[in-house]
Amino acid sequence: MSGEVPLWEVFIRPRNGLAHKHVGSLHATDEVMALQAARDVYTRRGEGNSIWVVPSKAITASDPDQAGENFEPGEKIYRHPTFYEIPDEVGHM
Amino acid sequence: MALFDALLELADDHLVLGHRVSEWCGHAPMLEEDLAMPNMALDVIGTARNLYDYAGKVEGKGRDEDDLAYLRGEREYRNLLLVERPNEDFAHTMLRQLYFAAFMHPYWTAALESPDETVRGIAGKAVKEMAYHIRHTGEWVIRLGDGTEESARRMRDAVTALAIYVDELFEEGAGEGLDALPDRAALRPEWEATIKRIFDEAGLEQVTSPFPQSGGRDGRHGEGLGHMLAEMQSVHRAHPGATW
Repeated sequence: MSGEVPLWEVFIRPRNGLAHKHVGSLHATDEVMALQAARDVYTRRGEGNSIWVVPSKAITASDPDQAGENFEPGEKIYRHPTFYEIPDEVGHM
Repeated sequence: MALFDALLELADDHLVLGHRVSEWCGHAPMLEEDLAMPNMALDVIGTARNLYDYAGKVEGKGRDEDDLAYLRGEREYRNLLLVERPNEDFAHTMLRQLYFAAFMHPYWTAALESPDETVRGIAGKAVKEMAYHIRHTGEWVIRLGDGTEESARRMRDAVTALAIYVDELFEEGAGEGLDALPDRAALRPEWEATIKRIFDEAGLEQVTSPFPQSGGRDGRHGEGLGHMLAEMQSVHRAHPGATW
């Protein structure tokens, strides 16, 4: 049966103020059933207070063959903000 | 002992239904439902435990939840005939759960006003669960009723098969006249409204049976309950008093 049923990606917000985080996927016939299934599969132990479901086919993913140009910026250490003197009075940033 | 008897009736409804739904575990049509159904089973079994526990205290003879659940025979069970009906197919199972939850939700809502503190506590937990069971099973009834030719036929078959067990939901039973528990007959309009809303969307027609069945409260059950209890009670009877 699962072969005919669309796949959904599930995002849960653990608590107010945090972002929704991807937790997994599931099969459901439509968005209402997807939300219910997400409740049963992913929030059984009080994991969050908000659920998003997104059709998996709506997600555009990066191509693994382009990993080089996407994820290997090389020796560009100036992109890391580590060259500043932070005055002690600032405390934790 | 009216309160004890009434609590036992309610507890038996929940345990028998919970065990029936648990029989789907590992057999559901898809993984997501295979989690949803045991969730629902555990919801009602949890309520059954609370009710047995309280019933045992009210009785005052030292019987605990296990004694009441595992050491009574078929004729001593007072559950509604509806909840012991076999699972048959997914349509039957969803409709049976919807009928029960559409009744228990207004029942527990009314019980939130009970003068009995323990009853209010049990109701407070159960009312949220029943709201979810209505939503989950209602969505399936709509999708199956308004789905394919086969799913619509199975849904109609379930409506016909379960029609004779509806009236028993509203019989007062041992709780009649008790302040601690709500009147059952008064909940019928809300039950009818919930079912009508879902059936309208599902394209289903409610069937009224001219020959409603009852007798569950007196221990007169269908042939399936004895088999179910034999399986459910076998471990406790083989290992009396065993604990986790």
